[in-house]
Amino acid sequence: MSDLAISVESLSKAYRIGLKEQEHETLLGAVTGWFKSPFQNFRDVRNLSRFEGVTGKGNGQAAEASAKGAAPRTSLSQPSDVFWALNDVSFKVKHGEAVGIIGRNGAGKSTLLKILSRITEPTNGRAVVYGRVGSLLEVGTGFHPDLTGRENVYLNGTILGMRKHEIDEKFDEIIDFSGVEQFIDTPVKRYSSGMRVRLAFSVAAHLEPEILIVDEVLAVGDMEFQSKCLGKMEDVSGSGRTVLFVSHNLGAVNQLCSRCVVLEHGGIAFDGDVGSGIDVYQRSGYGQRTSSAYVAPAEGRPGSAQGRILAADLQDDQGRPADCIGIGEPFQIKLRLQFFSRLARMNMGVQFHSSGGVPILNLRTDSQGLVFGPYEAGNEVEVIIKVPGLPFYPGLYQLEPWFGELDGKRIDQVPEGISLVLEGRGLYQSERLIQQGRGLVMMDCTWAETVKQASA
Amino acid sequence: MIEQKAVWKLVDWRECLEYRDLLYFLVLRDVTVLYKQTVLGIAWAVLNPFFSMVVFTVIFGMLLKVPSDGKPYAVFSFAALLPWTYFSQSLTGAANSLIQGTSLFTKVYFPRVFIPLVPVFSKLVDFAIALVFLVALMLWYHISPSWNIVFLPVLLALMMLTSTGFGLFLAALAIQYRDVRHAMAFAIQALMYAAPVVWPASKLPASVYLWYGLYPMAGVIEGFRAALLNTGPMPWGLIGMGAITSVISFLLGSLYFRRTERCFADVA
Repeated sequence: MSDLAISVESLSKAYRIGLKEQEHETLLGAVTGWFKSPFQNFRDVRNLSRFEGVTGKGNGQAAEASAKGAAPRTSLSQPSDVFWALNDVSFKVKHGEAVGIIGRNGAGKSTLLKILSRITEPTNGRAVVYGRVGSLLEVGTGFHPDLTGRENVYLNGTILGMRKHEIDEKFDEIIDFSGVEQFIDTPVKRYSSGMRVRLAFSVAAHLEPEILIVDEVLAVGDMEFQSKCLGKMEDVSGSGRTVLFVSHNLGAVNQLCSRCVVLEHGGIAFDGDVGSGIDVYQRSGYGQRTSSAYVAPAEGRPGSAQGRILAADLQDDQGRPADCIGIGEPFQIKLRLQFFSRLARMNMGVQFHSSGGVPILNLRTDSQGLVFGPYEAGNEVEVIIKVPGLPFYPGLYQLEPWFGELDGKRIDQVPEGISLVLEGRGLYQSERLIQQGRGLVMMDCTWAETVKQASA
Repeated sequence: MIEQKAVWKLVDWRECLEYRDLLYFLVLRDVTVLYKQTVLGIAWAVLNPFFSMVVFTVIFGMLLKVPSDGKPYAVFSFAALLPWTYFSQSLTGAANSLIQGTSLFTKVYFPRVFIPLVPVFSKLVDFAIALVFLVALMLWYHISPSWNIVFLPVLLALMMLTSTGFGLFLAALAIQYRDVRHAMAFAIQALMYAAPVVWPASKLPASVYLWYGLYPMAGVIEGFRAALLNTGPMPWGLIGMGAITSVISFLLGSLYFRRTERCFADVA
């Protein structure tokens, strides 16, 4: 029991959502409606947080059974105004684990964190937390623009749960980490947004809770700040404390966490290792790019639109569909192109981006001296690109297929067309898994040593 | 343990003790921020009751010749305005505190009971400054206080208890039913005339006098006047009755607050 940090048991949370207001068709109806409205309003507000007798877990389908005394507002044919943000969620986290929680927008991640941070209460089920919790749901909670940086540090620190003497002791460290030492006695409203975020995070970073809960805080700030945040969280996790991390930044989740929980529509879709979790998340509709057909039309894509990329698929070297490739393993990319008008000479390629958006590699036909074409209007062409292997670090990469006129305009490109998860197997035939390091590319080289005798 | 359950504990003292530094800094924030970037600064703490006093003196004192227990009307009304201003400001502040502090409690956990408590403490600063002005007025009119001023802290405590009790109740009510906010404005007005601010309680018929004490501000204001201006003996009857209301309001107010606390983040 003492091994557990967090235990979530059948947790559910319901909210009332707004429904379209009843329209009255007769004047009498409108007038009586107006008179009845105070009672209706009262009941509505009172019911905002009451869910006795609510049955059924299907969002939008279940009708509400009679609550105590109050007649149900909706008939069985109307959609219920009850929305289950979390639905029977259960999992356990041990001390020292770093768990990433990912999911689409609206999956219930922030709700889960709010419940664990005691900001809101569950409707059903319960959660047990063993240890002091530090929550970073927003950076700079309680910051008042008229107060100086110094005053805000104390305010923010005490809000997060620190004692005054704790802040006194760590004050210099906090200021140092944030880098706003020069401006610490100026009102915060004069700070740039970057400074504010750095100061706020710096306070939170020195919290030292036993359990750290972080919600998409990394979404703000520049790259340097984001890597600082991540570094600090790695320190926390490394020192044996539990971290619960919600983010859309899959690369960060991959780097920091050892375990991944995927939430979907209020329930757990997956609970296990990070690579597979990312896979599940992408497959759940967000990542339709790994499947063959493009559902989305090509509007809005940059390019002259004389032709279109119909489909882009990732395949292993046997031509079977794949999502995960090992480092250095050969694989294939299959593209299907369609032309609306004649194209004499075509140039095409695939651009590889890291998960942080850094362009790493652009495979292109013209740099290899290849020219494709001519193509007539209405032609559909299938292209298979065989890549001998990528010497990149393990992680998530976005592939952007594109094509255009040789020495001319680009015709179509699909940003984030394919998501590729590179796994630490393959290139280096060692037993140890290659960890995410500080870098983008790996390379083999030869190492030769000569032992020289130490002269006496 | 995080689960949905009914709460019967009035105040979680252990938690409040743990977070006490936060209360200090929240009050400090309120006090510091209020007069920042103003020209007159703290003088506003005095000007507010001062102008009321002038208006009342002209209209009620001179024009209508309302009796004032034998003291000059200006001091008579200011001695009442002093506690009244504190009470009305702390009560309004408390009632609105949750609505205005939404950004705080939807993002981080701390004892929610602190939020309405902050104005109860931060308005004391205004009170203190206005008190200084009252002393100046008393010197001007050559009025000396009675020995009963030692009981002023008791009156102050009573006022704070009432503000806290009703403040907690109204705050919890206001965050759910925003009507409260709109009602507060004229309710405060009505309450002021119900309190013996512009008229002396001595004018009430004897039969209702003691029942009138159930309105806590009655005892407090008359007590202030008795202590500071020496208008008569301390109205212990009124004060006693007022204390009953105060204590009950504190108990019920905190109970209601604690019961509804868990839905604040959802209805805010």
